[in-house]
Amino acid sequence: MGASIKYISYFLPPLAIDNVALAKGYPDKTPQDLFDISGVHKRHIASEGVLGSDLALNAVRSLVLENSDFSLNEIDFLIFSTLVLDYNSPTTASVLHRKLGLNLNCGALDLPQGCTGFLYSLSLASAMISAGNAKNVLILLGEIPTKAIHHDDIALGSIFGDAGAALVVSENQTSKIGKFVFGTFGEGFDFLKVEVGGGRNPINSEWIKKYDDQELNLPYGRIEMNGFEVLRFALKEIPGLLDRTLLMNNISISEIDFFVFHQASAMILKSLQRKCDIPQGKFISYFEESGNTVSCSIPIALKKGADDNRFKKGDKIALIAFGIGFSCIGTVIEW
Amino acid sequence: MEIIDFIKVIEDEFEDLTPGTLSPYSVFRDMDGWSSMHALIFVALIDTTYDVLLTGEELKSCITIKDLFDITVLKINGGGINA
Repeated sequence: MGASIKYISYFLPPLAIDNVALAKGYPDKTPQDLFDISGVHKRHIASEGVLGSDLALNAVRSLVLENSDFSLNEIDFLIFSTLVLDYNSPTTASVLHRKLGLNLNCGALDLPQGCTGFLYSLSLASAMISAGNAKNVLILLGEIPTKAIHHDDIALGSIFGDAGAALVVSENQTSKIGKFVFGTFGEGFDFLKVEVGGGRNPINSEWIKKYDDQELNLPYGRIEMNGFEVLRFALKEIPGLLDRTLLMNNISISEIDFFVFHQASAMILKSLQRKCDIPQGKFISYFEESGNTVSCSIPIALKKGADDNRFKKGDKIALIAFGIGFSCIGTVIEW
Repeated sequence: MEIIDFIKVIEDEFEDLTPGTLSPYSVFRDMDGWSSMHALIFVALIDTTYDVLLTGEELKSCITIKDLFDITVLKINGGGINA
């Protein structure tokens, strides 16, 4: 028994900040400067107090509205990926399970994996279905990176956006989700991190005092990124990851109809497309419209691509994600 | 590989740069509007064009376009600071 992605939806918070609005906070930058830095026209910002799980719930609502044949009663496993959980415990997946009123015989698991969270979730869902342990897995993703960005970090503030996404992965006679290739480069941990806010470095009074001028004193920590090293990681490791993914799935690059990479940054996407020699028409990018939405970026690109009628049944789509950790993962799906 | 071709690759990448502006001895950090973002563009450009991935240390050691060219050629031939 195989697995396939049956439904996809996403949710973007209503508040969208374009470069004109963003530039008001940076008097020495023009809207064009901000576009040149980021390659993003607008990014969506969640309201104060809204968490990733709230955005994921909104994505589920969209999924239900858009797919009249879908029922939450069918779900027998829930995976939730985010970088900001509701509580240290219990799992936010359990909280979402209750809010959605899912069956009592449904598993629920958190997966705080960052930008690779969607593909890690997809690999687990596919494996569980193939093993006969689940039939319909609900993958929920919710990210609020903008709440962990210091105002001075303009490169981060202009690139990242908040979002939620929801997917259902279901049992299928033939598998439409290929094999996965993984990579972890722990030495890169220091180059992209949210170091404060966890068990080792909890938020304390010193932190609150230090960030007194920031919105809510950066309550979920502060994203710190060495852009140079992140770029080097992507350039060094991702072309090889794509090669291994194609090899693992016994398919050549010319047989791939579309490539959907994690929408990390305009420069990284452009550089990887160039280095992997991917034709423009096969490279899916919606980065300009909502920026880097962490684990939600690939589902959003898939849904937008589908809504734009870019994919047809049977198309082979290579999915590649990379990010904090450093971690990376790839697979090939059949549309 | 000639330095004239290397300069053309750079000039083609930067739309705001008038062709013929750069010489081998141009100090690339003196380019109009230079920022740390431009450093990333240089690294990505050299890697995607010549399959040479510069380290931060190597980039810091370069002052002129010729320095960048020389380290690129050195690394193509198997050298470099972290070779």
